[in-house]
Amino acid sequence: MILLFYLAAAVAVIATIGVIVQSNIVHGLLYLILSLLAVAVIFYVLGAPLAAMLEAIVYAGAIMVLFLFVIMMLNLGQNTRDQERQWLRAGGWLLPALLAAVLLGQLLYVMNGVEGLSVSEQVGVMAVGSRLFGPYVLAVELASILLLAGLVSAYHLARQVRSGDE
Amino acid sequence: MSSFAVGSGLSIASILLAVIVLAAMLIWVERRLLGFWQERLGPNRVGWFGILQVVADMIKIFTKEDWVPPFADRLSFVLAPAIIMVVVLMSFAVIPFTPEIGVIDSNIGVLFVLAMASLGAYSVMLGGLSSNNKYALLGSLRAAAQMVSYEVFMGISLLGVVVLAGSFNLRGIVESQADGWYIIPQCIGFLIFLIAGVAESHRLPFDIPEAEQEICAGYHTEYSGMKFGMFFVGEYLGLVLISSLITVLFFGGWLGPSFLPPIVWFALKAGFFIAFFILMRAALPRPRYDQLMSYGWLFLLPLSLLNLLLTGVVVLSTL
Amino acid sequence: MFSLIRDTLLSQAVTLWRVFRKLFVKADTVQYPDEQPYMFPRWRGRIILSRDPDGEERCVACNLCAVACPVDCIALQKAETEDGRWYPEFFRINFSRCIMCGFCEEACPTNAIQLTPDFEMAEYVRQDMVWEKEDLLIDGTGKYHDYNFYRVAGKRVAGKDKGEALNEAEPVDVRSLLP
Repeated sequence: MILLFYLAAAVAVIATIGVIVQSNIVHGLLYLILSLLAVAVIFYVLGAPLAAMLEAIVYAGAIMVLFLFVIMMLNLGQNTRDQERQWLRAGGWLLPALLAAVLLGQLLYVMNGVEGLSVSEQVGVMAVGSRLFGPYVLAVELASILLLAGLVSAYHLARQVRSGDE
Repeated sequence: MSSFAVGSGLSIASILLAVIVLAAMLIWVERRLLGFWQERLGPNRVGWFGILQVVADMIKIFTKEDWVPPFADRLSFVLAPAIIMVVVLMSFAVIPFTPEIGVIDSNIGVLFVLAMASLGAYSVMLGGLSSNNKYALLGSLRAAAQMVSYEVFMGISLLGVVVLAGSFNLRGIVESQADGWYIIPQCIGFLIFLIAGVAESHRLPFDIPEAEQEICAGYHTEYSGMKFGMFFVGEYLGLVLISSLITVLFFGGWLGPSFLPPIVWFALKAGFFIAFFILMRAALPRPRYDQLMSYGWLFLLPLSLLNLLLTGVVVLSTL
Repeated sequence: MFSLIRDTLLSQAVTLWRVFRKLFVKADTVQYPDEQPYMFPRWRGRIILSRDPDGEERCVACNLCAVACPVDCIALQKAETEDGRWYPEFFRINFSRCIMCGFCEEACPTNAIQLTPDFEMAEYVRQDMVWEKEDLLIDGTGKYHDYNFYRVAGKRVAGKDKGEALNEAEPVDVRSLLP
């Protein structure tokens, strides 16, 4: 199990690096999907099968499909690829990388004090459901209201105004 | 080793072999049945009743040149047909065929199938996008919208069954149908799942992504040889998968009177639905793209939510 | 709402049932090379040139068929015998162009050119699709057994002067004063 975890983690890290350095946007997106699927495997290994499946369904299966949908519409060609290459020059990423390295060092320092996680216990669907609609019901309802607002505004924006209206 | 058990090597190997051979045979079965329903004969020359037509098709497809168009995006172009095969074959892992035959007993079987179905959309989209072809792009645009939309209703229509069974485990769902199949309390859910399943495997009448009359061959316009063959067999694998899922979720899986073994009951039920899907292909015309979308969002989505709500009310009131 | 259900579910179910019943209907197609399908006599297939009941060529080389042909696949050259009959010196049909429309048959004033129910005309060499008069001419009369153009037409040929055709009046003598 622990081997599976490290394998999936390695895939996730490498795929995420691939997302950053890839100049072809579709390939970058493929790496991103791979990274998300690897994260789903990590969730499963850590004993959260529901989270793993939702990661695969919602992130990899729905949101990334919409990303790909938008990329199809944009008609990106050689120009964007060249531009992407130019942005990836050493001068561009050196400073952000340094800053990120500082953050990584801090994270490692903080994580050093944390006790090792136990992976023996499985969080089933029932447990997640009773938690969501028990102690966290207010947060769930607020989130659903937010989503409803998003839905209504999306409908409003996408509505076709016919010449006869208003 | 020689006995069947869930997850045993023999079980896995026989499922894989049976499913792939069945999917290949369906090429012939479908053409033959379509022939009967259209007052034609269908392929009947190669072998007995044309049964070796599959072998002839395979020889043709395998010996074709493996060609990638120079204007295509090579990585995604090669990856796309593999995705659909892998994803659909993975879905068969959680299908319980009989009490003994199956690959895994997952507590999240239903979710796993949904996850795999949603990943299947990439195959079609990448295939169309990487071809660098107008028709292929149109096909994959349509496929993206169609598959993302119908996934929603597919998931919600399943939830009624999940609520009744109290489990995401497909084997548990079958076992809980011992005293009554879910088709009776969940007939609306069944209809929605049937429609969404056809749309999800983009078969006729919902083959809008590859509508030959409108956009050439849609997303697989540029494909030929074995890469096309994988799309082709993948479609039939999807057909077998949807039929098996309907059998498991709504028609009691392997359950049936004991004068026939469980696997025969499963095969009979799944075979009935495979034939029904082929009948749909023979009979029904293709809707327009916008009709498909508005039918889904304005009719199926409210209906499936209503079905879930009613199921929840009934289950809660009988607790 | 009710009409939506009727249109989306009920009508589809009826369609499915009607198509399903076709399972018990005999197939319309026949296994072609083994079983010959029945070809109707008016089927428009391979073109022939027929002869009149006396065994002479019916074609009078009027070129109407060549004019009527929408794909210009007919070519012919007029010639004349010593007894005054017209006939085609050559008559050539390019069957790789012919669309079997039957316009030539309708245009023909002498029922010479006719379409037959034969359709098996595949060739390996494209040049073989060009048929000459010897290939086209048959020994029979085709669809019209009694018709003989020179018997009914006013044209003078050897052995038949003006006014001697069937149902033809004597020619008017323009130099005579008698009624």
